[in-house]
Amino acid sequence: MRLRLVKQNTNFDFFSRWKVWLGISGLLMVLALLSFFLQGLNYGIDFRGGTTIRTQSAEPLDVGQYRDAIGGLGLGDVSITEVFDPTFGPDQNVAMVRIQAQEGEEAVSVEVIERVEAALSEVVPDIEFVSVESVGPKVSGELIQTAAIAVLLAIGAVLIYIWLRFEWQFALGAVAALVHDVILTIGIFSELQIKFDLAIIAALLTIVGYSLNDTVVVFDRVRENLIKYKKKDLKEVLNISINETLSRTFMTSVTTLLALVSLFVLGGDVIRGFVFAMIWGVIVGTYSSIFVASAILLWLGVKRDWSKPTDTTGNQFANVDA
Amino acid sequence: MLQIDLWKRILIWATVAVGLGLALPNLFYPRVEQHNDAVAAIEQSGETPERLAQSAGWPDFLPSGLVNLGLDLRGGAHLLAEVKVEDVYASRLEALWPDVRDVLRPERATVGTIRLQESDPGELRVSISQPEGMERALQLVRGLAQPVASLSGSVSNDLTVRADGSDIVVTLSEAEQIATDERTMQQSLEIIRRRIDEVGTREPTIQRQGSDRILIQVPGIGSAAELKEIIGTTAQLTFQPVVGRTDDADARAGVGNEILPYLDQDGYVILEQAPVVTGDELVDAQPAFDQNGRPAVNFRFNPAGARDFGDYTAANVGNPFAIVLDNEVLSDPVIQSHIPGGSGIITGNFTVEESTQLAVLLRAGALPAGMDFLEERTIGPELGQDSIEAGRIATIIAFVAVLVFMGLSYGLFGLFANTALIINIGLIFGLLSLIGATLTLPGIAGIVLTVGMAVDANVLIFERIREELKTAKGPARAIELGYEKALSAILDANITTFITATILFVMGSGPVRGFAITLGLGILTSVFTAIFVTRLLIVMWFERRRPKTIEV
Repeated sequence: MRLRLVKQNTNFDFFSRWKVWLGISGLLMVLALLSFFLQGLNYGIDFRGGTTIRTQSAEPLDVGQYRDAIGGLGLGDVSITEVFDPTFGPDQNVAMVRIQAQEGEEAVSVEVIERVEAALSEVVPDIEFVSVESVGPKVSGELIQTAAIAVLLAIGAVLIYIWLRFEWQFALGAVAALVHDVILTIGIFSELQIKFDLAIIAALLTIVGYSLNDTVVVFDRVRENLIKYKKKDLKEVLNISINETLSRTFMTSVTTLLALVSLFVLGGDVIRGFVFAMIWGVIVGTYSSIFVASAILLWLGVKRDWSKPTDTTGNQFANVDA
Repeated sequence: MLQIDLWKRILIWATVAVGLGLALPNLFYPRVEQHNDAVAAIEQSGETPERLAQSAGWPDFLPSGLVNLGLDLRGGAHLLAEVKVEDVYASRLEALWPDVRDVLRPERATVGTIRLQESDPGELRVSISQPEGMERALQLVRGLAQPVASLSGSVSNDLTVRADGSDIVVTLSEAEQIATDERTMQQSLEIIRRRIDEVGTREPTIQRQGSDRILIQVPGIGSAAELKEIIGTTAQLTFQPVVGRTDDADARAGVGNEILPYLDQDGYVILEQAPVVTGDELVDAQPAFDQNGRPAVNFRFNPAGARDFGDYTAANVGNPFAIVLDNEVLSDPVIQSHIPGGSGIITGNFTVEESTQLAVLLRAGALPAGMDFLEERTIGPELGQDSIEAGRIATIIAFVAVLVFMGLSYGLFGLFANTALIINIGLIFGLLSLIGATLTLPGIAGIVLTVGMAVDANVLIFERIREELKTAKGPARAIELGYEKALSAILDANITTFITATILFVMGSGPVRGFAITLGLGILTSVFTAIFVTRLLIVMWFERRRPKTIEV
């Protein structure tokens, strides 16, 4: 007997309340944006400049002690957080010290780092500085700009590709789903105040890729079924297509999630935020390809007469052969 | 029906074999690394028994390319430096003043007295007391300009000379600025490379980024601060005429002069800004001892430098001149006699280490311009080791979980997909080794994500075969149709993901790029394995068994 996540021949009605689903998605996006604008993201030094020092010591860690040691140096905003991780050994006590970019300094200053390290070494003799990273304000400004451009470019490129391969309604549906995913991801990062750094941008773009992958698979089936069931109305065709691809959608999401969850639990704290973004993205992306992308398609309507250019549409690659 | 030509089968297996062969060295990482190091060492400085033994640890006929480990996995330092290219404009123009003076002096009757004026860096401002002679003066100064070839192929002059009231203003032309920037960057890259090579670390990355930045990554180095010291932010050596001495740092130096402190004694020296010779014209520098047995550095100029130095010392016997390093005066000896040979000795209160270090710096050449460090990262080797360990365990668990899940879901077909998945991981490592890419922690995440997503293409096909089986056309036809109909979805889905991976690669830097590489390669290999390898496996199985019914 095979393991089946979704039983054969499902016939769920996904679109009887499509307006409600779209409404919920819209509401979630508004909440995400509100959180983003009101609370803001917890930017890492990649995006706002400054220095982070990762310390490690065998002695148990006392954040207050660290704060006292550094507080006297007059470095402005300093944050100290203890890092916990199941992969750490018993004598691994790790903290992250973050120092804001120093006023009026374009480049990175060695003295500041040296002073902090000296102050900490005084109170915790066996402390080690396992990583030290500094980003000047000039670069961080550029990094955030490039990151934003990268996300927009990716969405734009995808819009064009889907438009070429399908129809503009499909492209809009897919892009709406992408924007939805990106906004919800940014929203959860701002709501939970998880550190938002360069790696998260990579995760965002992967989410774009993944969500799209999912959407395209559904759309591909929609395109095929639009030709197959010429008489059925669009809502019904969409429903059939999603039901037909449902098993695959779940299989792929589950295998990807299996891999990501193992990375989340065992991959160490350095990439945990990054993996969290991807897990969130896979879930949101799967949801959005059905309830956003397809619902938008239903809303916009679609050209039904695929008969003329059928010799190529959807079969461009059919002659690719092993 | 299900048929695949023999040549296609051979091609597919050959590709897989080559890919896995390229990945093989990574399984024996330390041994192959030792082998590669030993081979490189033998090539550079001959054989020793120890090196031969190390190189024999891995057979020469096998591929020996390895995936480079990124800084986050191996530990090391990362710097992003911005070269202050404008520095060079200023020193170019400073050096021009003596020429301008010499060309105008014979025409004093028409132009009057010539005086150097205070000016912004990046321009040279000379006043003449008889503005009527401006035409003639401009003409003469323009005569100093040299042609430069610009990028568009047109030839223009390197200097722009204009009149501003009674001042002649000389700036570098745009074409010359571009050419100078280019030269400055090339020189800086070369010098940084040589200095880091002198220290002898493995696989440093020294890369130009954009118009005026340099990215430097050195694995295995203790800290970014150490790396900065090796690069030595300036280390500019100049020989400048001395105007006088003073105790006051804020004394008026006079136009065209500057005040610099001594390196190891109190007081300041007033110097002419335009140097007689610079460190650029040194061809050699060696640690040595002076006649009193104190550590010193011997140096030798190239012919042009030797001539300038010779001429200057001949004309200025009895006057002091200063040897200046990084805007500090090392010494300001009085010229005893004409020094014709173009060699000399720098003395100061050096230790032996300092004189050796100075000789290295001088030999490597001075950086043509100063640098700002915009970004620096140090990653300790322990953190890297922990990350590798965590990444490895996570990857294995992820891998096993997916394999089990696929086996449970698709039975025999799941095993085919699993075989393809294993080949897929091998191929990713093979490609990474082939192109000498760098594996970073996000890169490992990319691979894990690929493990999850790679099965997608197979899932699409298998689900499709299941559907086709329902319409009962027989297993062979169902498999064929399954592949045929799933193909457009597979390709569309992967092309779109590939587009985002490409954008990440182009726009991203550092860790993001590492992730984009593995994601992009993972897409290529997973499409290849899904539509060629699994298919071939299924066809081979089908040919052997000829089943009447299949269960997917």
